[in-house]
Amino acid sequence: MSEALASLAYGPDGWGDELLSGLWLTVRLALTALPFGLGIGLGVALLKDSRSWTGRLFGEAYTTVFRGLPELLTIFIVYFGAPRLLSASVAWTERLTGREPSGFAAAVDGFTAGVVALALVFGAFSSEVFLGAIRGVPGSQREAAESLGLSRFATFRLVILPQVWRLALPGLTNNWLVMLKDTSLVSVIALAELMRQSDVAARATHEPFLFYLVACLLYLGLSGLSTAGALWLERRAGRSFASAARQG
Amino acid sequence: MTAADFLGSAGFDPVLLDQYGPSLLRGLRTTLALVAISVPLGFALALPLAFVRVEGGPLLRAAATGFTGFFRGTPLLAQLFLLYYGAAQFHGALQAAGVWWMFRDAFWCAILTFTLNTASYQAEILRGAAQAIPAGQIEAGRALGFGQFGIYRAIVGPQALILALRPLGNELILMIKASSLASVVTVVDLMGASKRAFSGSLDFEVYLWAALIYLALVEIVRRIWNALERRMTRHLRTA
Repeated sequence: MSEALASLAYGPDGWGDELLSGLWLTVRLALTALPFGLGIGLGVALLKDSRSWTGRLFGEAYTTVFRGLPELLTIFIVYFGAPRLLSASVAWTERLTGREPSGFAAAVDGFTAGVVALALVFGAFSSEVFLGAIRGVPGSQREAAESLGLSRFATFRLVILPQVWRLALPGLTNNWLVMLKDTSLVSVIALAELMRQSDVAARATHEPFLFYLVACLLYLGLSGLSTAGALWLERRAGRSFASAARQG
Repeated sequence: MTAADFLGSAGFDPVLLDQYGPSLLRGLRTTLALVAISVPLGFALALPLAFVRVEGGPLLRAAATGFTGFFRGTPLLAQLFLLYYGAAQFHGALQAAGVWWMFRDAFWCAILTFTLNTASYQAEILRGAAQAIPAGQIEAGRALGFGQFGIYRAIVGPQALILALRPLGNELILMIKASSLASVVTVVDLMGASKRAFSGSLDFEVYLWAALIYLALVEIVRRIWNALERRMTRHLRTA
């Protein structure tokens, strides 16, 4: 057993440093996908809330597809499909502009494909959260803003959006925890994140149980840290409401 | 016009469809089997888990909380690797216990992992639903002479199940999607079959077929579940 534990050591003899570098890549993957996912989520939520039926249709279709597809399949489709799509659109543009075909072949690396796939899925789930939050702001506030002469855009930016954050936070925390776990799926396209590194170590040392268990514990640690951070954010976002709630 | 002709006219490659369509459908059968076995088994395991989390003593409650916390807090893929590859280290002990067949076979090992995983999520759903039933009803039941079991069977259970219906439907859909992970440990489900078809043909189209099948599957389940919910809550509707 002590020999097994030694294999977790930091340095050239142990796998500790490999695991930590995998952990770091996992965190970077999730943190990079987060802003894109939030942007997609808010954008799709606005489409679903919009007056134009094409916007609503697109929003609903987007949500249906990326919530319904297995995340693993989304990753494969992005990883193998995105280069084809890029090359095809370059060839199409060249034909359209009458230039010589350059035979440009796009390549998408594992990190980019992982970030895109995770952001697409996070955006689909978060659009529902944002939509609920937007509709959670009382309609009387819109009327009040209108009577004050604010434009639709100003109303959204100054009145609705600051409150959406507070209302959406619990749901977004949930989606973040799901995405953190989903990063493990990016290991299937050979990106050396935590799951992949544990896999390599497990095979090299013939200690699969130990290394997968350590990976599980590291994911648990990430979830625990995230939950603590989310609680802090929620307290902060709700601080102007705390006194009102106590009085009520 | 056969189905292949129809799909061919819709822009799909008929030759490819002819070659890989049947294996994809066989994969779909495996996907359905994975879900149809592990989700009900998970439900059967979730009932006692949720009960212990609500009514158990401190020790039992802590054990149940730890169990569900582990399976909800770690990636399903890591759990699958832990049970499938990790079990090999305990080959002797598992063989002596007579359960090695389950860990040796990727399909049954996936079923085991999915069952434990979905049981944890379902237990959490059931716990939340049970705790949403007003305490006054339980007190009333006690006053009427119901025992602990009777209260759950006749008062808390039926109402909690209605509250849990929608989240349980979501969990079923999540499991349909999650079952695709079985392909990573060599099970040839719908995802595994499309991966094979892709490496055989190098035609990206097969992933799009798989995507359409998954989307159709999820949509069908969603509609069935909506109908089920409408039927089970028909006594709650006014007029």
